[in-house]
Amino acid sequence: MIRVEGLSKTFAGGFQALKDVDLTIRRGEIFALLGPNGAGKTTLISVICGLVNASRGRVLVDDHDNVRDYRAARRLIGLVPQELTNEAFTTVWDTVSFSRGLFGKPGDPAHIERVLRALTLWDKRHNRLLELSGGMKRRVLIAKALSHEPQVLFLDEPTAGVDVELRREMWEVVRALRAEGVTIILTTHYIEEAEEMADRIGVIRAGEIVLVEEKHALMRKLGSKELTLHLHEPLDSVPPALAGHALALAEEGHALVYTYDATSEQDGSSISGLLADLEAVGLRVKDLHTRQSSLEDIFVSLVRERR
Amino acid sequence: MSIKNLNLQSVKTLYLAEMARSLRTVLQSIVSPVISTSLYFVVFGAAIGTRISEVDGVSYGAFIVPGLIMLMLLTQSVSNASFGIFFPRFSGSIYEILSAPMSYVEIVLGYVGAAATKSLILGAIVLVTARLFVPYSIDHPAMMVLFLVLTAVTFSLLGFIIGIWADGFEKLQLVPLLVITPLTFLGGTFYSIDMLPPFWQAVTLANPVVYLVSGFRWSFYGISDVSPLVSLAMILLFLGAALAVVAWIFKTGYRLKP
Ligand SMILES: Nc1ncnc2c1ncn2[C@@H]1O[C@H](COP(=O)(O)OP(=O)(O)OP(=O)(O)O)[C@@H](O)[C@H]1O
Ligand SMILES: [Mg+2]
Repeated sequence: MIRVEGLSKTFAGGFQALKDVDLTIRRGEIFALLGPNGAGKTTLISVICGLVNASRGRVLVDDHDNVRDYRAARRLIGLVPQELTNEAFTTVWDTVSFSRGLFGKPGDPAHIERVLRALTLWDKRHNRLLELSGGMKRRVLIAKALSHEPQVLFLDEPTAGVDVELRREMWEVVRALRAEGVTIILTTHYIEEAEEMADRIGVIRAGEIVLVEEKHALMRKLGSKELTLHLHEPLDSVPPALAGHALALAEEGHALVYTYDATSEQDGSSISGLLADLEAVGLRVKDLHTRQSSLEDIFVSLVRERR
Repeated sequence: MSIKNLNLQSVKTLYLAEMARSLRTVLQSIVSPVISTSLYFVVFGAAIGTRISEVDGVSYGAFIVPGLIMLMLLTQSVSNASFGIFFPRFSGSIYEILSAPMSYVEIVLGYVGAAATKSLILGAIVLVTARLFVPYSIDHPAMMVLFLVLTAVTFSLLGFIIGIWADGFEKLQLVPLLVITPLTFLGGTFYSIDMLPPFWQAVTLANPVVYLVSGFRWSFYGISDVSPLVSLAMILLFLGAALAVVAWIFKTGYRLKP
């Protein structure tokens, strides 16, 4: 749906915010762009949407070059900016209708009503924007972006400053959009959001895309698993007979923690080997549980690793 | 670009939103110019004007009508258009305009069209108001309208440029205050150029507003400081220059796109 090829951006001051970025967004997916502050997420989105001129490289939106064929490219895109920007004195209804017209679409009150209802803004439609709360203003920006029925929706930190309940509601909206076939690219600092929502995840650091991966594959690939065995009797040290396994004592000798890679073939057998050896040593296990590292662990380790 | 390719829906939306924005402040945008021009008529036309003999065969009160309308038209065009584009830049909502599938021509048509329309409406109102104070005639109505429209468009373009150039409210007010107003006052609004000593006459001819006022006054009374054709040519020259600057702004993305 979107192809970014060799994209670089150097700002007037000489700061290079994007370094030779290549990225493909598939039709109909939810793509989460993760990265620390200043990584270049907003800059990348701005170049794609035509708000910032690229220094090098090009962007294709559904095969339309976003510079040479900007009309066709931009018609497909809805953008929800990171910053709250509002014309304070217009009403919700007017500003959302304005956005639709600006994108060259004839008025369609039924569609605007659907959008406002989906975002629980319907009751506020006659209010002026200055009379809304921050979370509502953000939803107005989403409504504006959806007003012209885009095929691609960019959400630059859509849930910043939105409470937990509303965030869940917004996720629902995003899922519903995906179900309608809208391609969604979102940036976020909340890993749980990416973990919850995304089909694929890209990580950007200092203007470079350092990783793009299916979410599940990513979690499988980078996610080591931990098996914790709770013991009946505490141990002072790991028995020598078990030294062959990657074991560590935890909870003051009340638990043994076994770390393994869930994706590698032999680990299945190594678990049964471990259990057999435990039996042989005569250790009685009271309880056991496994834990898979979350995306957050993965993300933190990724960003730290390259620093 | 042909007219067929023009995204009229977008232009219309932008234009109407701009018009609606000024409707919200209709009182200040109409009442204040009307009051200030009325004051000019009272002070210069009625009070002082009665002591001044006719200028070029026209009573002084009637003589200043075209100049006052021009004064109002220039300042209103510049302030409307500069504020119109500066405000979304300032609030950040310009992202939407820049990411819309609109060409530069369409964006300019929306903003400048709305600003010029507003100042033309005001011009018409002032013209009617003036009638309450002084009787005047219009010898060349078609030319008068042409001068009005060209001036409104040209100075709305100038305002648009200022609104993009300004990076704060001070600068936004600086140009109208330091450039437009003095040029208009020294542009023959209240006097005929040949009332001045020869040296100042020559200096005055470097003032672009002189040509506007002179041509406009010619369309009323058939009297002028410079030939109306020269006036027309000068307006078209400013218009061309303003268009060139606007084209350059969009070509380079100056202050719009980093
Ligand atoms: N107009 C500009 N001129 C100069 N530098 C800029 C400009 N816009 C952004 N930058 C710089 O580019 C870098 C990337 O900024 P960007 O806004 O893309 O980061 P981000 O990943 O969106 O960060 P955040 O998570 O904080 O929103 C930053 O170092 C920023 O200072
Ligand atoms: Mg950002």
